[in-house]
Amino acid sequence: MEILEDKPGKQILLLGNEAITRGALEAGIDVATTYPGTPSSEIADTFSLIARSFTKQNKQPSFYFEYSTNEKVAMEIAAAASISGLRSLTCMKHVGMNVASDTFMTYMYIGLRGGHVIVSADDPSCHSSQNEQDNRYYALFSGAPMFEPSTPQEAKEMTRTCFEISEKLQSPVILRTTTRLNHARGPITLNKIQKPRKKGHFEKNPTWVTTPAIARARHPELLKMLKKAEEISEKIEFNKTINIGKPDEWGIITSGVSFNYVKEAAEDLKLNVRILKLGMTHPLPRKMCEKFIESCENIIVVEELEPILENQIKTIAYDIGADVKIYGKTTGHFSRLFEYNPDIVYRALSKIIDVKNILKTPKPSKIQLPSRPPALCPGCPHRATYYAAKKAQPRDVIYPTDIGCYTLGREKPLEMADLLLCMGSNAGTACGLAVATDKKIISFMGDSTFFHSGIPPIIDAVHHNHDVVITVLDNRTTAMTGHQPHPGTYFDGMGRPAKRILVEEVAKGCGVEHIEIVNPNNIKETTDAFKRALNHKGTSVVVSKAPCILLANRDKRKQGIKIPVYEIDQNKCRKCKICIGQFGCPAFYYGENNSIFIDEQQCNGCGNCVTICPFDAIHKKEDK
Amino acid sequence: MKNKINIVLTGVGGHGVITAANILGKAAVKAGINVYVSEVHGMAQRGGTVNCTVRLGNVSGPLVPSGTADAIISTEPIEVLRYIHYSNKNTKIITDITPVIPFTVSVGTEKYPELENVFQEIEKYGELYKIDAVKIAKNAGDIIVKNIVMLGALSALDLLPFKKETLLQTILENIPEKYQDMNKKAFEEGYHTIKKQI
Repeated sequence: MEILEDKPGKQILLLGNEAITRGALEAGIDVATTYPGTPSSEIADTFSLIARSFTKQNKQPSFYFEYSTNEKVAMEIAAAASISGLRSLTCMKHVGMNVASDTFMTYMYIGLRGGHVIVSADDPSCHSSQNEQDNRYYALFSGAPMFEPSTPQEAKEMTRTCFEISEKLQSPVILRTTTRLNHARGPITLNKIQKPRKKGHFEKNPTWVTTPAIARARHPELLKMLKKAEEISEKIEFNKTINIGKPDEWGIITSGVSFNYVKEAAEDLKLNVRILKLGMTHPLPRKMCEKFIESCENIIVVEELEPILENQIKTIAYDIGADVKIYGKTTGHFSRLFEYNPDIVYRALSKIIDVKNILKTPKPSKIQLPSRPPALCPGCPHRATYYAAKKAQPRDVIYPTDIGCYTLGREKPLEMADLLLCMGSNAGTACGLAVATDKKIISFMGDSTFFHSGIPPIIDAVHHNHDVVITVLDNRTTAMTGHQPHPGTYFDGMGRPAKRILVEEVAKGCGVEHIEIVNPNNIKETTDAFKRALNHKGTSVVVSKAPCILLANRDKRKQGIKIPVYEIDQNKCRKCKICIGQFGCPAFYYGENNSIFIDEQQCNGCGNCVTICPFDAIHKKEDK
Repeated sequence: MKNKINIVLTGVGGHGVITAANILGKAAVKAGINVYVSEVHGMAQRGGTVNCTVRLGNVSGPLVPSGTADAIISTEPIEVLRYIHYSNKNTKIITDITPVIPFTVSVGTEKYPELENVFQEIEKYGELYKIDAVKIAKNAGDIIVKNIVMLGALSALDLLPFKKETLLQTILENIPEKYQDMNKKAFEEGYHTIKKQI
């Protein structure tokens, strides 16, 4: 495996996320934990890949890795490891930090002994997220030191350095990334891989127990730590001034991926500027910032999302009474919305500094292009579950949904996702809707989501006898983020056999009295099950069990089992359009004479269309 | 070599666009050239639009500014137009000629434009080279090597700052022994098809 090569000086191409994993390996990582979430997933998936390759050879990898039940558990496991003196890393998407934040905020009070790097992968523009919150606020909120890499190489170097600083400050450190860093590849120069410590030692100490008295004693310690962190921030190589041209009165302050756009724009627009590139952005190097502000008459702050640097720079400028104009979000030159790109930065800089923008965008084409929205895959068992639930009660139902592939059930023709907040929200909002309305409620969540945060609202539903149908779409994987295992699978993230926890047994343990277990690929039985669940007064849970079609077909291919292809008998087809207009499998299309056909390239061979066709017009191709 | 080389690769999920971009990046590292690669893909496993950028030389990030692409390589004709803002009059555009009909069109809610109009439109923006990559890939052994056909085609443009052989070697290093011949064939045929048009 190239990523494991211990050849200092060698250059290899790595994804930003892989570079973070490599950085952790070079720092001698002992424990890595996560709950998968785009754009962070490949950090953990790389740990998993390495661990599984060792397990396959009956060897022990140098680190412990797990896909934890949720981000909070992931952080607690790694925190305990670091408190015991080991080096650990926890990675998650930005909204995962919300889940882990209860642990995190107090963890900052008690600190650690072995380095702990917490990777927050933010997603400006919500490429694959429900919001674009700026997690740099978590650093300000909690007091955690924070780093923001601009390139994959820097991500690796920062990860390594973060472990050292974390130990020096005895505090967890945030490595804050954005999609454009996580999913960018660049050349990485390898350093030596350090040996891990392997076994930690927990030293009993009253300060680990945050009673109010201890908490009051620890808070001043946190502030002292921040003072030390600021001294580091003043000296660290990641905070530096870069001169472009012959700098005069203009200065630019920037961090993260925005730096890349600023640097190229400054070069291409032939600007004469000094750039303060901040890599350690919390705490800010105050003296360095003061000096920079004093060296400029005009300062532009370029940062995606919230004006976090901008506001701090303004505060510092005020404190030192600097006579400087600061441009950024407050002056309306940059947006608080969405991710930046070269076009945005070239345009804004040329406008503020009043130079000609060299970028020429061609006029958009007048040809109307059809969209390619994401859709549930052909053969996806979720589609069958949705279809069956709708058959059971076609009208007057509200469908709270959740985070996962099944969110795509919102699209036509199913339109069965009505309310979504976050992981696990389906069941909680289902209860609320039952209280607030007189509609039938059928909620949907995946199996991984069920374990993550779907259980407490089910307990709430049972205890208060809310009249809801809570559906768990059990496809035996965390499909959306790249098929990671979860507590309902037979193996764990290191490829070792693991105790499989059954959704229905958990539901039973929570006191659910009406549980239906169905195979959604049997649409008729599934419809009947939903009817029974809807008729049950009180809480019922439908566990719809069928593996993700992509995994099922991958297993079939491995075993040499042929995946069937289905076709439509044009003589029998009456063009009722149930297959295309109600079931909505993307393998169906209108061909010649408006007849309906199945695209063989797309068909995944689930055969559910055979059941839903009222005219028996669909059959396996070989059957003919 | 130009100071900066910007390449945009587009297509539809499942066409191996990301793999192709990754191979280009690896070839650059092998040749000791600075490179950044970015990938943008929708939420679906298949069928969504995919857009990757590969930047070589004196660049500090992976995103290509509008109007600065040296080449746009697409595995699907209309996907070129979706990313046409990257082009300028000198942009070399290579596209496969086979449309992939989106679900929105197959269910009748949207329309796929006339293919001839699409090609004419592309020609207004840059230098168009068409290639039947599906056919070439099938002849080589499997439609799956369509992305490799496109890499062969790209290497015919006299744009890459490394030898065609470096790219081919990188491809072969990244695939199992039994698929080597198929990939080699696909790459060479892609190369020759475009070389003839230049």
